[in-house]
Amino acid sequence: MEHYSMNLTLKVWKQKNTKTKGHFETFQVKNISSEMSFLEMFDVLNEQLIAEGKEPIAFDHDCREGICGMCSMYINGRAHGPWHHTTTCQLHMREYKDGDTIVVEPWRANAFPVIKDLVVDRQAFDRIIQAGGYISANTGNAVDANSIPIEKHKADEAFAAAACIGCGACVAACPNASAMLFLSAKASHLALLPQGDPERKIRAVNMVEQMDKEGFGSCSNIGLCEASCPKGISLENIARLNREYLGAVFGEGGDNA
Amino acid sequence: MPLNSKIPQGELSQKWTTYKSTCKLVNPANKRQLEVIVIGTGLAGASAAASLGEMGYKVKTFCFQDSPRRAHSIAAQGGINAAKNYQNDGDSTYRLFYDTVKGGDYRSREGNVYRLAEVSANIIDQCVAQGVPFAREYGGLLSNRSFGGVQVQRTFYAAGQTGQQLLIGAYQALERQVALGNVTQYSRHEMLEVVIIDGKARGVIVRNLVTGELERHFGHAVLLCSGGYGNVFYLSTNAMGSNVTAAWKAHKSGAFFGNPCFTQIHPTCIPVSGDHQSKLTLMSESLRNDGRIWVPKKQGDTRKPNEIPVEERDYYLERRYPAFGNLVPRDVASRAAKERCDAGYGVGSSRQAVYLDFASAIERYGKIEAGKHGNHNPDAETVRQLGEEVVKEKYGNLFEMYEKITGEDPYKIPMRIYPAVHYTMGGLWVDYELMTTVPGLYALGEANFSDHGANRLGASALMQGLADGYFVIPYTLGNYLADDIRTKAIPTTHEAFEAAEKKVKERIETMMNIKGSESVESFHKRLGKIMWDKCGMARNAKGLAEAIEEIKALRKEFWANVRIPGEIKEYNPELDKAGRVADFLELGELMCKDALYRSESCGGHFREESQTEEGEALRKDDEFTLVAAWEYKGDSNFELHKEDLNYEVMHLTQRSYK
Amino acid sequence: MNWKHYFTTSVGRKLVMGFTGLFLVLFLLVHCYVNSMIFISRNAFNAAADFMGTTVAIRIMEIGLFAGIILHIIQGLMLARMNKAKRSIGYATNTTNTKQVPWYSRSMTLLGTLVMLFLIMHISHFWVPSRITHDLNATKLPNGVETHDLFQKMLDVFQSPIVVVLYLIGVASLAFHLFHGFFSACQTMGLTSHKYKNFLKGFGIVFSVIVCLLFAAMPISMYMGWVA
Repeated sequence: MEHYSMNLTLKVWKQKNTKTKGHFETFQVKNISSEMSFLEMFDVLNEQLIAEGKEPIAFDHDCREGICGMCSMYINGRAHGPWHHTTTCQLHMREYKDGDTIVVEPWRANAFPVIKDLVVDRQAFDRIIQAGGYISANTGNAVDANSIPIEKHKADEAFAAAACIGCGACVAACPNASAMLFLSAKASHLALLPQGDPERKIRAVNMVEQMDKEGFGSCSNIGLCEASCPKGISLENIARLNREYLGAVFGEGGDNA
Repeated sequence: MPLNSKIPQGELSQKWTTYKSTCKLVNPANKRQLEVIVIGTGLAGASAAASLGEMGYKVKTFCFQDSPRRAHSIAAQGGINAAKNYQNDGDSTYRLFYDTVKGGDYRSREGNVYRLAEVSANIIDQCVAQGVPFAREYGGLLSNRSFGGVQVQRTFYAAGQTGQQLLIGAYQALERQVALGNVTQYSRHEMLEVVIIDGKARGVIVRNLVTGELERHFGHAVLLCSGGYGNVFYLSTNAMGSNVTAAWKAHKSGAFFGNPCFTQIHPTCIPVSGDHQSKLTLMSESLRNDGRIWVPKKQGDTRKPNEIPVEERDYYLERRYPAFGNLVPRDVASRAAKERCDAGYGVGSSRQAVYLDFASAIERYGKIEAGKHGNHNPDAETVRQLGEEVVKEKYGNLFEMYEKITGEDPYKIPMRIYPAVHYTMGGLWVDYELMTTVPGLYALGEANFSDHGANRLGASALMQGLADGYFVIPYTLGNYLADDIRTKAIPTTHEAFEAAEKKVKERIETMMNIKGSESVESFHKRLGKIMWDKCGMARNAKGLAEAIEEIKALRKEFWANVRIPGEIKEYNPELDKAGRVADFLELGELMCKDALYRSESCGGHFREESQTEEGEALRKDDEFTLVAAWEYKGDSNFELHKEDLNYEVMHLTQRSYK
Repeated sequence: MNWKHYFTTSVGRKLVMGFTGLFLVLFLLVHCYVNSMIFISRNAFNAAADFMGTTVAIRIMEIGLFAGIILHIIQGLMLARMNKAKRSIGYATNTTNTKQVPWYSRSMTLLGTLVMLFLIMHISHFWVPSRITHDLNATKLPNGVETHDLFQKMLDVFQSPIVVVLYLIGVASLAFHLFHGFFSACQTMGLTSHKYKNFLKGFGIVFSVIVCLLFAAMPISMYMGWVA
């Protein structure tokens, strides 16, 4: 692979804190190597800003290997940028060429208020999990791990749903700012396993309620969430959650919420 | 002060049972009055907080990330060990114990490791009950694979995302306790000081990273679950935010630091591509099952890998270690790669890489597959296609990640890999109860030093984090708090809180007021280079002595010339980072001092002065069968305390992989 | 939780959309079947229309149908408004992934509104004169029953090319609305599991194409004089 260097124009959202209004600012970066990751390009920009005595751009990031779910940039109109099944930190600069302009925005949803620049507050996701995204099994209660066999395809499906990294790209991409893909991934992961079965209905109802309280929109089954999910979480999970919800509405066991 | 590891008396296999049945208990009504602070929410922190919450303690958790689920435990790929013997291959608690002590090059405590092996099976049960979707066989039972350094299949896994699944399990248990009101969760908060009252840890000063405000929190006990300090090397497989700050503050408040120089350098990571590099990415150890490692036989060979004929390749691991070949332990593989690159045989543009080649595996699997299809005379193209499919099924996600980062297709071109800092076996010194030398201050998971000796085996970090959190601390903390039931919550207006907060405030203000010209990042990079060059894969007395002076000078420069933009009372990641780097600048010196003191080679610690004629690590058991626990005595002054390691069951032998 | 609560959460509201939507799809099937009688003969069509207009059970269902339409429209508009309010500051750039997400999936409110406007016109053309004002010509069916000559009304209405074009736009909007709507309703009901997902998606599209082509054929053939 041939490596090259490039100069870029960046239009980045700047916002001092939650209370103030934000705006776009334009920056120039030079000699960006095609081998850099997108966030390393931001590192270069920030070092440059610090050297100039300016304030660097705040952005969320941590593991930089696509698994922690912390990074969250809306790049040229796409959550996590143009690559399929890729988080912002795994996007690399060989995607771009000399002279390109890149527009970078934070996740935009009222449920994810901006903390600063590109950093948003995603605690709403924690509260959705608190509403029911768990199995009530205290430490020490467990039976032998092999005492309940689980069909392989079900275990695999549960794993596929559990691969969600909670980054919020689904919310960012959804025209309704709905959190249904996130929520349904968790509800599916747990409902597919026998251990999660006893709480499946109440879980679905409570998590949906919490999602509404947090100010996320409803699901119009458009599918932009699935298209921008870095972990390829499937829309089938949303169908499964709806099924659980319907079961709670018409069957027994969804009450006491 | 004599170090008392408090290992229970009695036969090895009975120690933990005896402890559990004789330790003091706290009754449920009293638990509600007792407050526990947990710093860090990775595997150790989340599991501890959840378990303690379930038991009825009032728990507060703190993490610097935006959610507990982001902790870097999430990035662990391979798996978690447990002595379940589901494969009927002769595994047992004793064997897991034996492998772990041996893998750690005989520098860990027998009692702790045996307990770890004992509770390993419970961890798997607990995780399955929580809904962790481990890999399964068609019969619906759990699947296992084997990992480096052992002869049994005892590793449980969830594709290449085992850490993620385990952490999410613990996180969910934690969130459940938050919902039930037993745990209060503080994210984007960083611990900056331990508050000690009457010799006991009684609280912490934390900084709210969003507002920049300092907060005081009281706790009857404080648990540090803040992970390892690999980022002292700047480049490592750790997350960008991983830091030593919590542990270092504890150290400066009286907790001893155990074996700080023990660092694990993982052999298979994606190499550095340039000065811009911000972190390194691990490629799972499992790849060495099928990949062959080589460099060209000719120095400075610039040909493309596929143009170099087989007879001009040096499969140096197979050459040097015919018995174990590409599957030698991590420390050995790392050193061998470094040796070749230093000698001028490295590949890639930086010359700091070796090839990990899957061509033979693809061909081998392809032929087997073709045979299965009844094609006994397949053409090369068919073999390649079938073989690639097999390799894809086994390692697809890793290959994809490699391609995203490097832009090269590892099915066609051999991977380029190089060792990178991965894990720190050293950490806060703790006794059998996981308590540091400060009463009421505990360290769990990677933050403590206890179980992995001088080298950690693959798939053991997850095991230790969860063992500490789910199964050890619930007992040992009760044993301490049972004597504390009459202690009422101390108001945070207490003078000790005042003083601690003042100290933190002053340090932050001093740092902000330097207004120098060099960025935090730049200092961090410079520190990393010193550490990597002189306290990295191979160390010697001269280099270490130089490093100590260089670090001191760099630290001085930092405190005179660092530039931190922004304000204190706002969201300011540069300020957060500055505090962490300032602590790394102190820790780095201690690591070099420890490495200098330990003039033997063992596990991940290779002293060039102590090697066999063939260049292998040479332990000095007479002199160094001990834990080096360092006490902070003020600026650059550390006092060494030794805890002798007594091997009652194991016999110390030199490792050989020839 | 009570019933009201179940149907006012975000998923509950979508269930209302899905249930009413699928109910309306059923109606479309009946409506299309009955109207297709025009391709057989004037009498066949008028007889079917007479049956629909005079059978008590069907008249009762008609009330349900109106209720369904109104509920579907109100709920749809409310949801659209609520969802829009969840993102106060929009994105400056948007390059939606059109390969995976077709335009009509993102334009349900627009398409729905077009269908609604079409419906108002359509109802005023046929339903109002037939059921309310009764200002239609009378005709006698072969069995001697006297009824409205709705067939003639259709012929009259579809003489205007503008009306025909408006009808075609309405039917096209309906088709695209259904492309997404049918699958979306099934998804909301949780029917789109891995096994049935592709079938339901395909079925929805085939259904919409057939029904809407038949509907489109009616004004065209009347205007062109292919049926008389």
